[in-house]
Amino acid sequence: MSKSLSRATSAMLSAGAAVVALALATPGYAQSNAPIKIGVIAEAQAVAGSSIPQAAQMAADEINAAGGVNGRKIEIVTYDDHSSAAEAVRAFQRAANEDHVNAVIASYISEVVLALEPWTGRLKTVMVTPGAASDVITQNIAKDYNNLKYTFHGYLTSTSLADQVCDASKDLLVKDLHMKTAVVMSEDAAWTTPLDAEYLNCLPKAGLKVVDHIRFSPDTTDFTPIFNKIEGEKPDVIVTGISHVGVQPTVQWKQQEVPIPMIGVASQATNSSFWNDTNGATEGVLYQAVSGPGVAVTPKTLPFVAAFNKRYGNNPSYCGYTAYDEVYYLADAIKRGGTDPDKLVDALEKTKYVGTIGTVEFKGKDTANPHALKIGGTTIPGLMLQWQDGKQINLWPANVANGKMKFPKFIKVGSAD
Amino acid sequence: MLFWQILIDGFAISSLYALGATGFALIFGVSGVLNLSHGALMVAAVVAAWAAGDQLHVGPYAGAAIGVVIGFAASMLTYFLIVRPLQQSRKIREEEKEIFILTATLLWGIMLQELIAYLYTNNAKTVAPIVEGVVRIAGVRTPSNEIFTAIVCWLVIAVLWLLVNRTRAGKAVLAASMNPRGVTLLGIELSQVYIAVWAIYGVLVGVAGVLLGMFLGVSSYSVGPLTASAFSIVVLGGLGSVSGALIAAYVVGYLETLTAYLISPAYRTIPALLLLIAVMYVRPRGLLGRR
Repeated sequence: MSKSLSRATSAMLSAGAAVVALALATPGYAQSNAPIKIGVIAEAQAVAGSSIPQAAQMAADEINAAGGVNGRKIEIVTYDDHSSAAEAVRAFQRAANEDHVNAVIASYISEVVLALEPWTGRLKTVMVTPGAASDVITQNIAKDYNNLKYTFHGYLTSTSLADQVCDASKDLLVKDLHMKTAVVMSEDAAWTTPLDAEYLNCLPKAGLKVVDHIRFSPDTTDFTPIFNKIEGEKPDVIVTGISHVGVQPTVQWKQQEVPIPMIGVASQATNSSFWNDTNGATEGVLYQAVSGPGVAVTPKTLPFVAAFNKRYGNNPSYCGYTAYDEVYYLADAIKRGGTDPDKLVDALEKTKYVGTIGTVEFKGKDTANPHALKIGGTTIPGLMLQWQDGKQINLWPANVANGKMKFPKFIKVGSAD
Repeated sequence: MLFWQILIDGFAISSLYALGATGFALIFGVSGVLNLSHGALMVAAVVAAWAAGDQLHVGPYAGAAIGVVIGFAASMLTYFLIVRPLQQSRKIREEEKEIFILTATLLWGIMLQELIAYLYTNNAKTVAPIVEGVVRIAGVRTPSNEIFTAIVCWLVIAVLWLLVNRTRAGKAVLAASMNPRGVTLLGIELSQVYIAVWAIYGVLVGVAGVLLGMFLGVSSYSVGPLTASAFSIVVLGGLGSVSGALIAAYVVGYLETLTAYLISPAYRTIPALLLLIAVMYVRPRGLLGRR
């Protein structure tokens, strides 16, 4: 009985294997006129994530209207991962194995991208993330280049984000307001570990002594103790790393009238809806971004925002800008290198593309963070914005500033005592 | 200074926990229903109050009132659509009904959560505060909203106490929580008692939600943690005991605040959870539990 069963099983298994082999061998999707497929895996319910498929679709439509890539149209295939790494992995497998996409644009959550990363090697599928920040993504590539070279980091690493906050703080807070001390306050998450490490390194160099470093649980229900503790230490400024949590600390900072300004990376503050979500509590909050309303980082920025707004009725989130650029430089790389994954990687590594947030260039194979974006100067300059009367005003760098720094009455700039 | 800070901050968050858990305890005490859609109902109230302000441009009082009404409506909907049909079903055996209702309310909560995320995204929303500014109490700069929250919580709990202990309908509810069969022998329709309890619960959940929305802000992500928090407070206090839930809310609120001040905000919730496990070992029926 058991013998015949096992024979039946092995027969079924070999039949199955044959079917799989046949499916893999079918070259149907390599036809010259077939569309180029780009999979987009994103968090459709999140304000940040919802812009990803929208911006990608817009870029594809524009490219197609202009004749496509070597006569081939671009087709966007979207998947909602519900902010779950497990769902994202399933979507990635489906995109690669069933939908035969040529490349994937995926997620703004570091934990999700880190879960997808090994699958880019296993399934030899190029992936670019428009919004995750953890440095570990590119550190992994350095450790296992041959296997993980298919992953590209299309947004700033946490270390780069911290560096931009330090650069802006040096100009805005140390030079202009003579601030001397800071407390670092971050949510406990994968992306803030390298962020905080770099804050502790670069803030003193910028002229701000770090008097305390606080990490809080993302499900904190009361920030009063945290702000009271910080206030007791009398720093000139609070430097933040908040993304999953954003509304809650901002609302309590205002309610408690904490007399110390907040500057840093606050992803939710980049959304145009943040003012309404916090009922205006965000007045005076300073946050790093790569783009902002009315700020012409490149000649492409404002036309993109206008077109996006016209089509979808709201401003793109920070990952909207990057996802839009990613479709363009993926198309450009496919034009140069074709759709073979290894050749596509080679072509992407040579990318020098002027997009909506600056000039996109990736760090090389021999750096500590291969496939991370180059930042600063002529590449991606970065901005420092402030919420003022319901508007996002850019303060830094000076050449693209469109307003002056100002704080609500309860803030005592320069000294907290 | 630190003593006063802990005392004042702990009081506000504990009062909020107490109000949230009271309704949860009441429903279980009277009808034996563990309502796992609790967090979703609170979030619905918050998002409704936020949307009223943001999209209909009503003032903070009207916004808060709309939030409470939606909390109440969602609670009644939960009872009539989910709980009652299962309670009255003849196809499900009596002893299995509890687990059916448990599962149904959990799924209902997830459905509401997804609906809220679909309509209003999963970004956190806050309710426009009714009182703003700060006052100094014993040298501690305290947000007026924190005091307002504590006062409203205790007013609502006091009204509930009067309702249960001083009115005929309330006494019927109290009696039903002690002996459901006895109440039916007195000629009181048990289903009427259930409707009354769910109505009271709806108001409690609406008020607690709106206050939480003013204090902190919630997103569709908060559905699970809010249910879990009410559940653990009620288990700690003793399932079905409203006064146990009140005491447990203060124990949890103060433990969290103490941890945040004296150890680290990163470990805020850990001691309260350890205490819960310890109580489960030593006294499984909770602090004041009857069953």
